[in-house]
Amino acid sequence: MHSAALVIIFLTVVISLILGLLAARGKQMNLQQWTVAGRSFGALFVFLLMAGDIYTTFTFLGGSGWSYGVGGPTLYILSYGSLAYVLAYFMLPRIWRYAKTHNLISQPDYFEHRFQSRGLSMLVALVGVVAIIPYLQSQFTGLGLIVEIASYGSISAVWGMVIAMFVIAIYVTLSGVRGSAWTAALKDIVLLAVVLFIGIALPLHVGGFSAMFHKIDALKPGFLTFGSTAQGIPWFISTVLMTAVGFYMWPHAFGAVYTAKSERVFRNNAMFLPLYQLILLFVFFVGFAAILIVPGLTNSNLALMSAVTKVYAPWFVGVIGGAGMLAALVPGSLMLIGASTLLAENIYRPLSRSATPSQVQLVARVLVWVIAAITLFFSANSNATIVALLLMGYNFVTQFFPAVILGVFTKRGANRIGAISGILVGVIMVAIFSLTGTSIIWGLNSGFLAVIANAIVVLAVSAATPSSAVVESSSAKATPAD
Amino acid sequence: MAIRWLAILPPLAFLVGVFFANSVTPYVLGLPFLWFYIATCVVFTALVMIVVYLLDPANKGPELQD
Repeated sequence: MHSAALVIIFLTVVISLILGLLAARGKQMNLQQWTVAGRSFGALFVFLLMAGDIYTTFTFLGGSGWSYGVGGPTLYILSYGSLAYVLAYFMLPRIWRYAKTHNLISQPDYFEHRFQSRGLSMLVALVGVVAIIPYLQSQFTGLGLIVEIASYGSISAVWGMVIAMFVIAIYVTLSGVRGSAWTAALKDIVLLAVVLFIGIALPLHVGGFSAMFHKIDALKPGFLTFGSTAQGIPWFISTVLMTAVGFYMWPHAFGAVYTAKSERVFRNNAMFLPLYQLILLFVFFVGFAAILIVPGLTNSNLALMSAVTKVYAPWFVGVIGGAGMLAALVPGSLMLIGASTLLAENIYRPLSRSATPSQVQLVARVLVWVIAAITLFFSANSNATIVALLLMGYNFVTQFFPAVILGVFTKRGANRIGAISGILVGVIMVAIFSLTGTSIIWGLNSGFLAVIANAIVVLAVSAATPSSAVVESSSAKATPAD
Repeated sequence: MAIRWLAILPPLAFLVGVFFANSVTPYVLGLPFLWFYIATCVVFTALVMIVVYLLDPANKGPELQD
């Protein structure tokens, strides 16, 4: 009964759609409600929303795929989240306070109010959408693989991606961010149970943890540490730094900051969210066990699903595939909301000043489908690995960090011209690296070099153009008129 | 606010400590040493941030709310 797997995955999707609809019922659905849920979430929901943001197809399939394919360097995934929360303790309360004071909705609003530049906010919106597309693509790719494997090959990966696109876009259109929070609750429980189970059962299947690592070390000496490949310790340090500071620079993560009920939520999160990272270890164990269960896969993204299919009955493959669907649905929906809101609020509305709020909302809802379709096009025509896609997105969003951190902690460290110049330099470098496939330079992550260049430009240009600093310090206090 | 400087410890543990921990042996709890070390750093981060949170004056008294 191979169809059992698909039936269970289908039921999972139906349940999450129902949850999304229930969450949306009886709520007034204006754009503010739709994106930041009226700023009414408490600590638990923010926790789930942020956690839902972290545990994605990237960690579930990409993480296990990387421990299967590259070994030691996978540890960067375990490291950067913890350091991101440490930074969040200091940075997010200030961003939240600023956003609340100025009634901000999206990430570019922050840049527009802080640096008094509509051009900068449009640039940020555009770069944000460019970064979201590879991130979203990694979710579609993962969903396509899940459907392909759970159908035992009777549905192709491309058709799996088409189905995924419709599910995510319908879900977002119906329920918005409240639906994400409810489904995140379901997802966290299911994913936690599934990952803990297979993360222990599969290593035991190949002889236990210690025996598993000894066998891998004997098969591939140096595989379990840094330095055996191009991804050595300098790569680890630069990648962890880049991804840790970029963590909250994602438009959807930045936007989720606004949904917190109070600024203390973020300090509270810094104590407990790092521990949540440890669950990632079990995902990596699955990838290691897969080295011994299904050796020699050409596509490392398939490691988890292939190992599971080889060891377990179809109904259980369905449960795991369903968990994988949820892992993509929650962040995928947040990303789609993020990207469509960016374009509608921060590019369409300024360009079309006569637009009414309901027109902007309509544009946002149409854009959900446009962005989903564009992403589907890229997904169907790409063979990139899930981790490579995510790192490409990170290279782009991290370019916001120098301007944000200087804007948050200093009055004059960054001004409008400095911020625009820095972001442009960083983004152009990243675009060149992405087009030429350059991910490592001098042993360092290429995106890290771009953000260093960006920071130098922001500081230098801001220091060289003191005139706009005067405008800036006054604007930091005043509430700008729309 | 001096207590906030404790938060420098987690980045040092991950990014400097890795130079001394990049080894498969000795195995600890069945894990290669590097893997055990990074996992320990994660727990260490949480512990440091608990201390920082509890002693930071910003988290005492009534909080700003909607």
